[in-house]
Amino acid sequence: MNKFRRQFVNRSVLILGILGSGLIQLLAPLKAFGRDRSPAFAADNLDAALSEFFPGETIKTSDKLTIDVNDVIENGAVVPLAIKSGLPNVHSITILVEKNPNPLIANFKLHPVCQGFIETRIKMGESSDIIAVVRADDQLYSVRKFVEVIAGGCG
Amino acid sequence: MGSSIKVRTSLRDDQATVRMIVRHPMHTGYEFDAEKEQLIPAHYIERLTVKHGETVVLDCDWSRAVSANPYLSFVFSGAKAGDMLKISWVDNLGESDEAVKELR
Repeated sequence: MNKFRRQFVNRSVLILGILGSGLIQLLAPLKAFGRDRSPAFAADNLDAALSEFFPGETIKTSDKLTIDVNDVIENGAVVPLAIKSGLPNVHSITILVEKNPNPLIANFKLHPVCQGFIETRIKMGESSDIIAVVRADDQLYSVRKFVEVIAGGCG
Repeated sequence: MGSSIKVRTSLRDDQATVRMIVRHPMHTGYEFDAEKEQLIPAHYIERLTVKHGETVVLDCDWSRAVSANPYLSFVFSGAKAGDMLKISWVDNLGESDEAVKELR
């Protein structure tokens, strides 16, 4: 084995090591944080949130969707609600609150084995429309419901 | 301490109803801490995933406006007693937790 070859091997191992650890450091935060988040979560109005989350898509209103929620909520920090879809083949359910600082609240991706149904609890800063957007058979449908909030729950 | 995730499941034929509560502050970053005289930093779950065996049945992306100690319920089919459900979450500070639950 000659000297140059040994040097070359040593250096390549060193360089690979440096590159490798650099890569791991670069990837670590990505792994920790799961994946890229849609910029729509930072949108500060409903139109921007919708157009960033569903770019270039049209959303039809549908009377087959329901938002089960009380008309009047005392504490905006806890607003229990259920979204139900009478439409089959639901791929996702998205919840937005028009007057929250960031209207996009949550997105739920459903496997085909799931029913078109989600129940959860959200925060509302003030009285507002709640909007549910459902992707069914690759078409977006939406429904709105106004909820009166007596004490806001964002701060 | 125990797990931050509490799960209840019920089976009817092959249909499973899943209900869970996750212990998490879900701080928006807008709340004022009167003692420290400063805003409480944002701290909220960004992603929660439910796996039935190896299949991801539900994949959630959340904002800070999901209520503290998030509650979640959903229904899926193709389930049977003894199947395993795995729930995991990651928050905006990179903290995470997971729980495994046997369907019955």
